[in-house]
Amino acid sequence: MKFTIQVNEGPYTHQASDTAYNFATAALAAGHEIYRVFFYHDGVNNATRLTTPPQDDRNVINRWSELAAKHSLDLVVCVAAAQRRGIADADEARRNGKNADNIAPGFRISGLGQLIEGGIQADRLVVFGD
Amino acid sequence: MSDEEMMEGGVQKKFCYVNRTAPYGTVYALEALEVVLIGAAFEQDVSVVFMDDGVFQLAKGQDTAGIGMKNFSPTYRALEMYDVEKLYVSKESLEERGLSEDDLLVDVEVKTAAEIRDLMEEQDVLLTF
Repeated sequence: MKFTIQVNEGPYTHQASDTAYNFATAALAAGHEIYRVFFYHDGVNNATRLTTPPQDDRNVINRWSELAAKHSLDLVVCVAAAQRRGIADADEARRNGKNADNIAPGFRISGLGQLIEGGIQADRLVVFGD
Repeated sequence: MSDEEMMEGGVQKKFCYVNRTAPYGTVYALEALEVVLIGAAFEQDVSVVFMDDGVFQLAKGQDTAGIGMKNFSPTYRALEMYDVEKLYVSKESLEERGLSEDDLLVDVEVKTAAEIRDLMEEQDVLLTF
């Protein structure tokens, strides 16, 4: 089966991103396809490479980046939600006159159309949030 | 994808957006509206449901001056221009909050919980905010 996953909450405060990651890992292990993972609302905060969790805790962001590298996952961050919350890649930073970017490897910034298209293309859109 | 129909230029699916949160207090209502507006460009079969505190999103006379936030409620009136015309509101949620259809700023169809359940059952994609 082909899944699109939507993540609506940021890391650490909510378990949504952990659960989405576990779902994605299990789905891939079972031979399913992940068409896209779309990060919306505070979910965009899963895409900052500047997080530094304690050494004995999981690194939610790195885990997504590593999963994306291993399985060529398409991790998409909503541009409007990202702008509100200070998540930027080099292009976004330049366009908005910011002196830094913070997007983690494997993530890309794009529009909400990617969520809708993900819903159209996948057999199931699975939403993780509150 | 059993219910899908082939339309010109691609697949048409039944998308349902379910709004369950008050318009202010969290950003979900505003960002849900942004999804509905962007999604309209994809020419899918769209329904929007307002239930629980989500019914307050459509309340007339919203005044946000005291909380320093933008009153985005007029945008719901623009949904019609985007061909988003199937707006459903939970009868029970309205009643629980002392609201009636006359208190809402757009034309809606009021549905019971059972009818909303049936509507959800028909959908290909359910997005809850």
